[in-house]
Formats: sequence, structure tokens, C-alpha cells
Amino acid sequence: MLLFTIAGSFWLEIVLKVGVLRRVKRALLSIAPVAICFIAWDLYAIHVGHWSFDKKQIIGLIFPGGIPLEEILFFLIVPVAALMTIEAVRSVKTHWPVGDGK
Amino acid sequence: MTYTHITLLALVLSIFNDRLVFKTHLTSKKVFWTSYSIILPFQLLTNWWLTSRNIVMYSDNAIIGFRIASAPIEDLGFGFSLVLSVLTLWIVWGRKGIQRY
Repeated sequence: MLLFTIAGSFWLEIVLKVGVLRRVKRALLSIAPVAICFIAWDLYAIHVGHWSFDKKQIIGLIFPGGIPLEEILFFLIVPVAALMTIEAVRSVKTHWPVGDGK
Repeated sequence: MTYTHITLLALVLSIFNDRLVFKTHLTSKKVFWTSYSIILPFQLLTNWWLTSRNIVMYSDNAIIGFRIASAPIEDLGFGFSLVLSVLTLWIVWGRKGIQRY
């Protein structure tokens, strides 16, 4: 699923030159605070049993609190894909306001 | 709190941040809704993959019970608030001049 997300979005980096991977600092500053909140949510949900994972269908590397490696990567890769998407839309629709001063 | 409650809280917080805290107003911009409408089918596809194969399983007590593409409706709120929050911060840092180009 993570590979599917990467395949579905990272080509935008090459074809439309969205430049998200080039802007590592801005991307990490945008993703890290949100990822921390969502990982906290994830830890709580796992702890109280809102959701659980099939141990046979994950790599099996589990972080403290019961979070699988895939969950951590999810909160990195999905936001990168979202950033690439909005930058791709901007690169096609150059006259649409985005609001970041570019 | 159930998954339903936390999802509603996340939705309110992410929209509150966009509109009142950072005033990025992505939720009234075409560029955001176009991006989200591109993201949404991919989210539904991955939701379906993860839930129909029981890679992720949800407790019946934590969800309202309405499912879209085999996944709890709450997942849509989860995804929306994740995407909106990250994009809001991306705009905030750009506005401050951090790696605008």
C-alpha cells in the first residue's frame, strides 16, 4: 500500500518538477508536528483497542506502544504525497491562488 | 472516546487551524479542493485494500458502523484532517519565506 502511494505520487516530482523532495526542510517542518499528533492518536487507539493489525500481513517491526513500522512510514509518505499533489495542481493551474507568497 | 469522537475532534481542529489560527483559508481555495478530490479516490482505494484484507481491523465498539469502500466512514475524516493539517503548515512555512521555491 505504501509502495502504491509512492508510485502514485512520486512521478509528479519528475514529470511536473513539483520540488517537494528538494524542499526537505519545509516538508519536514510541515509533516513532523502533524505526524507527532497522529502517532499519539495511533498509540491511544492501539492502546484502547480501536484498531489492530494482522501480524501476519506486516513486516513485524513493532515500535514501543505497539505501532508497526508501516504506520510510522504511513505518516511520512501520505503527507509527502499530499504535498506533491497540491504542488502538482499549482504547477498546472498557475493562476489559482495558494496563499504562500510564491 | 471512540474513533468517531476523535475523528470529529480532529476535523474541527484542522479546520479551526486553517481558518482561524493560521488563516491559510485552504478550505475556501480551489487549489485545495482540487488536490483533495485527486487524493480522495486514492485514499478510498488504500482504505479498501487495508480493510478488506483485514490488514487493519476496527473494533465495532469504536466506530459508528457506516462503511465506505469497506473502511469505517471515520477514516475519511482521519485522512481529511491529516491532509489539511500538513498542507496548512506547508503554506504557513512558505508564507514565512522558508523554501518558497
